[in-house]
Amino acid sequence: MNFQFDSLDAFLKMGGHGPFVWASYVLVYIIIIYLTLSPLLAKKAFLKQQKKLLQLQKKSQDGSL
Amino acid sequence: MNWQWFHRLGSPRWFYEKTDAWVPWLLILAWGLLLTGTVWGLGFAPMDAKQKDSYRILYVHAPVAFISMACYYLMAIAGAIGLIWKMKLPYMVMKSAAPIGFAFTVIVLATGSIWGRPTWGTWWEWDGRMTSYLVLSFLYLGVIALQNAFQSRDTADKASAILALVGTVNIPIIYKSVDWWYTLHQPATLKLTGESTIHVSMLYPLFTMIAGFYVFFTLVLILFTRTEILRRESKTQWVKDLAAGSSRKDEVAP
Repeated sequence: MNFQFDSLDAFLKMGGHGPFVWASYVLVYIIIIYLTLSPLLAKKAFLKQQKKLLQLQKKSQDGSL
Repeated sequence: MNWQWFHRLGSPRWFYEKTDAWVPWLLILAWGLLLTGTVWGLGFAPMDAKQKDSYRILYVHAPVAFISMACYYLMAIAGAIGLIWKMKLPYMVMKSAAPIGFAFTVIVLATGSIWGRPTWGTWWEWDGRMTSYLVLSFLYLGVIALQNAFQSRDTADKASAILALVGTVNIPIIYKSVDWWYTLHQPATLKLTGESTIHVSMLYPLFTMIAGFYVFFTLVLILFTRTEILRRESKTQWVKDLAAGSSRKDEVAP
């Protein structure tokens, strides 16, 4: 199994098809990175918000005692 | 027969706790396979005699196309289980599958369009495969829209499940479209029965990408479902405990 291109330049250009191929892969990677990160960030934000909510509830309970 | 496993499978808490250990492994496996397949497909697979290097788009286009359809079936089956057995977890899986499936259809339509330009000389054609596939994208959007259209969680779930089930009619149409209306899109390259029309040196990186995207789909479906579980179960004690202890480390740190 060998690298199919003679130079980095040939690899980027791919005989004129480079822009199409690279655009496809860049798009795919943007979307799959987004799909990986968005639920993780949403979960983190949710837990943070819930924690604040719990602290507020606790404070208001303590205050009313 | 012992049905305990089935009931346990329907418990959001059990699912959340069970999958906790799987996530890091799936993350490593999915990204490992995808990066390997990408390097292999872009740089090491031989050039196609007819399509030249533009065929390398196949390595992202075809696997995502398979999975976007499998994802639709999974979403519809989850909806059906929710409707029949009135279980909470399948509805959460159904809701989580919709944005993932939609993102996959965006990938397939965009890469297909980009591939079509140098190969067919056009970005878009109202050919059977492309049109029926566009409908799949709209079906995913429909499920997402229905999820947000109702005040009642239960009504939103039931309506989405019915739409998902009705939409399954479209999947065999997409699959057979290349044979029924053979206009522009090529017929299947990989066949379960009969010989595939692709050389092994091009096939191995394709298999790597298919495996990579399947693991990736499993991973993101679990991640989306876990977040959805926390949202829907926010009133339960175990989620409250989880939230209370979520950033204990941050507090200890100076």
